[in-house]
Amino acid sequence: MPPVTFRISRGDKTSTEFREYTTEAGEGMVVLDCVHQIQSESAPDLACRWNCKAGKCGSCSAEINGQPRLMCMTRMDMIDTSQPVTIEPLKSFPLIRDLVTDVSWNYRVKKSIKPFKPRKPDAPDGTWRMQQKDVDRVQEFRKCIECFLCQDVCHVLRDHHKHPEFAGPRHFVYTAALEMHPLDTEDRLGQMKHEGGIGYCNITKCCTKVCPEHITITDNAIIPLKERVVDEFYDPLTRLFRMFKPKK
Amino acid sequence: MTQSSLPLPQIRALGETRRQDAWWVQPLLVFLGFSAFIVYSTWAAFQANHYWFAGGGANYLSPFYSPEIFGTSPHALFGPKPDWLPWPSFIPFSPAFLILWAPGGFRFTCYYYRGAYYKAFWGDPFNCAVGEPGFRGKNYRGEHKFPLILQNVHRYFFYIAALFIVLLSYDAVISYIWTTPDGGKTFGIGVGTLVLTVNPILLGAYTFGCHSLRHLIGGKHDCISSCSAARQSAYGCVSALNRRHMLWAWLSLFWVGFTDVYVRLCSMGVITDLRII
Ligand code: SF4
Ligand code: SF4
Ligand code: FES
Ligand code: FES
Repeated sequence: MPPVTFRISRGDKTSTEFREYTTEAGEGMVVLDCVHQIQSESAPDLACRWNCKAGKCGSCSAEINGQPRLMCMTRMDMIDTSQPVTIEPLKSFPLIRDLVTDVSWNYRVKKSIKPFKPRKPDAPDGTWRMQQKDVDRVQEFRKCIECFLCQDVCHVLRDHHKHPEFAGPRHFVYTAALEMHPLDTEDRLGQMKHEGGIGYCNITKCCTKVCPEHITITDNAIIPLKERVVDEFYDPLTRLFRMFKPKK
Repeated sequence: MTQSSLPLPQIRALGETRRQDAWWVQPLLVFLGFSAFIVYSTWAAFQANHYWFAGGGANYLSPFYSPEIFGTSPHALFGPKPDWLPWPSFIPFSPAFLILWAPGGFRFTCYYYRGAYYKAFWGDPFNCAVGEPGFRGKNYRGEHKFPLILQNVHRYFFYIAALFIVLLSYDAVISYIWTTPDGGKTFGIGVGTLVLTVNPILLGAYTFGCHSLRHLIGGKHDCISSCSAARQSAYGCVSALNRRHMLWAWLSLFWVGFTDVYVRLCSMGVITDLRII
């Protein structure tokens, strides 16, 4: 492979600029390998976060040629190297330095979501019985590696900065995993409607497109939650039926 | 969702992106596709003419005019428009206007269409990771507030749309019944019969893959295993259709328009309907 030119965003929250670096991209290399090579050859002070290099820790999220991706899962032979390859940090979170952003807002949001509250154990030994088909549905959501690429691409955060009023797709996935769990008894729908601002999501599916774990975020997590919110808050018929239903 | 204010990077300007692919192609195609359909269906609804065909004993009714509540064709359920029905004098009466709000509202509030036209018509955003028009900014309301919060009515449009599948299936069935020259009835199949048969099939695949139906039929239960076997398999079927909801949305949209074109051209005498059996 001929040498590849990268345009990497450098700087901190006061100012950023693109700097060009050229490096040799060998066979089988991923973007993260090239970044490491650039660090060792010409930019030892280039900040980037990574951990597993296997697409499982969710640390190396960045925007490669404008597309939110994991650097360790983006093979060099997947991208057009005839022009400089741009690498930028995530756009929806405060920049710390170079490619590293402060994603701690996500942890605060997650903590504020009502935790798992299982029903009373089914057996005297304190264990529960579940059907496989009931857990299958939430299994998909548990693949999340918290890379926050979905949060990055979601225009509600990215272009409208609704962080104080919107939980974001990652946390709808998290909430769906709890809300649809066969053992859970907690009700988080009010929380999702109000503090979580699920109504801000306009189902444009960008989150689904970027998810490296291929979680069907919009169709399987967000829309079903929106429908449950409709049941609880908007649909007059379901509200009426609920009045006559025996309480659990 | 947590109240602290974050020092966030600057928001990008309209159309600004580092994407190198042709990100504008998809919203443009959606824009052209929907616009073409809206323009054609509005035009066709205004015609109030050539929406049914009985040439050679055929029995075709355009889906844009079905059910024909009041009208002048033999398909009219209650005869011509009664005098008590108020109608603005500046638009000609057309049976299509009495019903098109239902499938129109169903598609307008459909989750797939919403996402698609928010992008293609509103630029909200035009495509993923592409800068939006600046005026919305922090005043973005999404579906959280009025007016788009009204999209939550979708399930009610679904109930009506399901009824339309029954009515359009009926139209398909009666298109197999042909009138003989002496006034009798006989079984027959023309090209139009096939066109009218495919229509409710595609519309059904779209309608019964609806997200609201998926929720109502099983999705709302955390323990689907405790539901009846019939409900479980219904949930499975709806979910299977739902996975291809976008595809069915486009195919059925195209076909319903094509069906109207076909019946119209036959009725106008531009094309001849080929009788197969
Ligand atoms: S579908 Fe909703 S949550 Fe996902 S990116 Fe679009 S607006 Fe954000
Ligand atoms: S849902 Fe997907 S994109 Fe979002 S944080 Fe989890 S793994 Fe990443
Ligand atoms: S380094 Fe762990 S996901 Fe990329
Ligand atoms: S979601 Fe598309 S028809 Fe209901």
